[in-house]
Amino acid sequence: MSLCFVDVTELARRIAGREISAEEVTRAHLEQARQLDGALRAFITLDAQGALEAARALDSRLARGEPVGPLCGVPVALKDNLVSAGLQTSAGSRILAGWIPPYDGTAVARIRAADAVILGKLNLDEFAMGSSTESSPLRGPCCNPWDTTRVPGGSSGGAAAAVAAGLCAGALGTDTGGSIRQPAALCGVSGLKPTYGRVSRYGVIAFASSLDQVGPLARSVRDCAALLEVIAGPDPRDSTSIPRGLAPGSLLAACARRDLAGLRVGVPREYFEQGGPEPDVERAVREAIEELRALGAEPREISLPHTPYAVATYYLIATAEASSNLARYDGVRFGLRAEGARSLDEMYTRTRQQGFGAEVKRRIMLGTFALSTGYYEAYYGRAQRVRTLIRRDFTRAFERCDVIATPTSPFPAFRQGEKQGDPLQMYLADIYTLSCNLAGLPGLSLPCGFSAGGLPLGLQLLGPPLAEETLLGVGAAYQAATDWHRRRPPLADGAAQEALP
Amino acid sequence: MSALEAVIGLEVHVQLQTETKIFCGCSTRFGAPPNTQVCPVCTGQPGALPVLNRQVIEHALRMALACGCAVNTRSRFARKNYFYPDLPKGYQISQYEEPLAEHGALEVWLEGGARRRVGITRIHVEEDAGKSLHGPGASRVDLNRAGVPLIEIVSEPDLRLPEEAAAYMRTLRAMVRALGISDGNMEQGSLRCDANVSLRPRGSAGLGVKAEVKNINSFRFVQRALEYEIERQRGLLSAGEAVVQETRLWDSAAGVTRSMRSKEEAHDYRYFPDPDLPPLELEPARIERLRAALPELPDARRARYLAELGLSDYDAAELTRERELADYFEATIAAGAAPKRAANWILTELLSRVADPRDVAAAPVEPTRLAGLLALWDEGRISSKLAKEIWPRMWEGGESAEAIAEREELFVQSDASELEAAVRRVIEASPAQLEQYRAGKQKVLGYFVGQVMRATGGKADPQLVNQLLRRLLDEG
Amino acid sequence: MSRITPELMRHVAELSRLELSDDELTTFTRQLDAVLAHVAQLEELDLDEAIEGTAHAVDLTCPWRADEPGPSLPRDRVLGPAPERDEACFVVPRIIEG
Repeated sequence: MSLCFVDVTELARRIAGREISAEEVTRAHLEQARQLDGALRAFITLDAQGALEAARALDSRLARGEPVGPLCGVPVALKDNLVSAGLQTSAGSRILAGWIPPYDGTAVARIRAADAVILGKLNLDEFAMGSSTESSPLRGPCCNPWDTTRVPGGSSGGAAAAVAAGLCAGALGTDTGGSIRQPAALCGVSGLKPTYGRVSRYGVIAFASSLDQVGPLARSVRDCAALLEVIAGPDPRDSTSIPRGLAPGSLLAACARRDLAGLRVGVPREYFEQGGPEPDVERAVREAIEELRALGAEPREISLPHTPYAVATYYLIATAEASSNLARYDGVRFGLRAEGARSLDEMYTRTRQQGFGAEVKRRIMLGTFALSTGYYEAYYGRAQRVRTLIRRDFTRAFERCDVIATPTSPFPAFRQGEKQGDPLQMYLADIYTLSCNLAGLPGLSLPCGFSAGGLPLGLQLLGPPLAEETLLGVGAAYQAATDWHRRRPPLADGAAQEALP
Repeated sequence: MSALEAVIGLEVHVQLQTETKIFCGCSTRFGAPPNTQVCPVCTGQPGALPVLNRQVIEHALRMALACGCAVNTRSRFARKNYFYPDLPKGYQISQYEEPLAEHGALEVWLEGGARRRVGITRIHVEEDAGKSLHGPGASRVDLNRAGVPLIEIVSEPDLRLPEEAAAYMRTLRAMVRALGISDGNMEQGSLRCDANVSLRPRGSAGLGVKAEVKNINSFRFVQRALEYEIERQRGLLSAGEAVVQETRLWDSAAGVTRSMRSKEEAHDYRYFPDPDLPPLELEPARIERLRAALPELPDARRARYLAELGLSDYDAAELTRERELADYFEATIAAGAAPKRAANWILTELLSRVADPRDVAAAPVEPTRLAGLLALWDEGRISSKLAKEIWPRMWEGGESAEAIAEREELFVQSDASELEAAVRRVIEASPAQLEQYRAGKQKVLGYFVGQVMRATGGKADPQLVNQLLRRLLDEG
Repeated sequence: MSRITPELMRHVAELSRLELSDDELTTFTRQLDAVLAHVAQLEELDLDEAIEGTAHAVDLTCPWRADEPGPSLPRDRVLGPAPERDEACFVVPRIIEG
């Protein structure tokens, strides 16, 4: 069996038990990338040399009988907005192309400390702004392994594609408005956005500080749990990190759940109203909810009345924070500096003009506008207040249910270029995922079927703050009873078969 | 045109003396080579995040409490957004709508003992920017100072005269030094002042158009810059022209303020709550502990010296300029010295021997030994002149004044019969001067006194000498 | 809410230090106008005076650290990525003051 589609915990066990070497496993994945990434463009930086060195070093330690971490030898890859010491971190942007960070972000450091092998940095929408991973000029548009004429979703599209195609065993992405969950759904993999504050943001290139979170993408909910166990927990370097940690092993233990008796599953009517999900999506999600019922859960209708306002609220808050977070890209201390500027101001404006893509510029403009004198109260101020209302919707809903089930995306993977002409259309693709970030809740997406055209569809589960165990338990139970998550894109399957050592 | 009065409000930044910066663990030590006290956080690297230094809040609270402010138990950090090379994140973390403290007041002591009450609108906490060193074609940026903690103290527009503004600055300086939160040095930039000044008809309640004056870096310049600016505005108004609301820079070489006609004017800071820092919550108990532990502030001490110790205005003001000096003074009188004599000695003989008034805390002569010297003087066993001879010897070793006087025979000679003999010898040796004295030239007495002092090696009791001379000279 | 005019766009671009081409200005104005039209629906909501905004998604208070030194970066690592530098400082073009 190919090494490229083995579960994370299984790989770690085999490598730690010296049944196979870390180097062998790394090579298998590098070979998979060599075969497929030309077409997929999931990686911005594939660090073959670094990965092999790390794998060999790990094998030496194993040979000496030294203790190893829980992700022993597991090949993972990191979205390229996660700061990795010594390895180019570009945020998918010309303005930061070539930046070699002088430090490791916390999540990255924890993954390293767990002895995972980092294969490289993954493609994303520039500065994590987008839902299709088409906008980064550094590698070009990323492709969906299920249909390479289509997008993998975004902004963690590289991560979802790499995981789906077996280029890595797991990946770390970031989610600000759905950027882990939506690409996971479009690529048929599992992806989790933890509760805000669960994972440190130190070392995450900031897009919207009150919304960003780091999370895992993998081919099963259980694999996501294994990755989250390693990266979650308080960090004194992040003032917004939750002081309380998880009990070690609690997330993996939660994945043993099979019985959903007594679980109240809320189904928000607003998510299925007219103009809602495409018919295939609705069908698959409703079937998934029936599956949960078969496992013992009790679905019930709930209401999240402020759902229609989520996109507007999000796009004012996220862009306002982003406009401030991206001010540091000014050509002074790192990254691109435009040539030939005769004054400081000219340097600033030319550098940012040349360095930022269109979507990033649009969002900076919108965010600056929303914060500017005379408009602050009506735009940013108002959006923050509506955000309170959205949060309250969830608080009230969770009095009547334990998890909420929705589609992740209103439609399966769309064609490349299809939504480029109208930014607003692209924004509306995130309608189901945005509210979760605004309320700081944990959210899980897992595969629940296919469209008539053979494209993956995702089920989203949302929980109250700190309810990762519940979400993972429900997801694991669902995945024990179904096999959507075991399907592989034909393109990857073929390659993987060929890659047998 | 009715008489105009000036209305002045000051925005003062104080650099706080902490080991490390406000949001990261880099050192704040002054004078290090450029860019050697920096890290991802204070250089605004992608992905870096701020974490608050507890000591900054404690220092800021001390100042807030010393100014009688109401402390907000919940306050927020806000981002102030603008572009400048020494501002690495492209925004400064400051406080805007919910500052740490508000609604306080200070009493400022003016010449001649009058006092002016100045309201404190707010005190908030923020980070300093780095330094740009401007050259002909380029500028160089040093980020060592980026992230050093500051408090900003905004006064109500209660000041009326440039001298008052300078006095206010001196008061703030004395306070921050007494509280131990800053060294309050305007020349080095740990105490900075921006002034808002406008004119209005005397007695009216509204405010005129104000100009903001920046780049004032000494107490003298506070006064001069404001004097110039008030005259400038007065000139405009009496010529029927309007004052433009603008920022002006003080040019100390030329002695004028100049308009900063640049993009600086168009700043829209777009303040919003910093999402990287949750709201700051302070326990009332902690605030009370800090309040209870506040030292006596300079103005309170000064008032006490006037009221309870009977010192002059001048002496009280001078002694309370530095906490160490006032502490030394109080230790000296605690050891028994008379306040006025101690004040005088400390302000002359002690201060002249140290480079900086604060150094008295480490002076070789401790307050108890000084008290011993002054006690001898009080008792009449030594004179002022003899005290000044003993004093340097006290600096060289650790002996008491009494021990030195014994060893070197520096006591006042008060044996009346011996002195009388000496006086007679002097009178006999100076017949010409005797004639002059008898002819009515009273001033010649000084000559006789001098001669007696010479003859006795300066140790004669001057009062006794005077008495004897008068008696013997008038004798016949 | 007002429509976004080209003048306002230019002002916002200047605040953001972006030098937009005429084409971009036109396109962005149209696109942002469409977004703002969607955003206008927030006006429909009758917000209770008492509703405070949510600046932080989870209820946290500001943590603090002791006033103790932490690691600084060696100067070479800080200045290394700089587009222009001298031995000790970042170097930028001259700043034009009014």
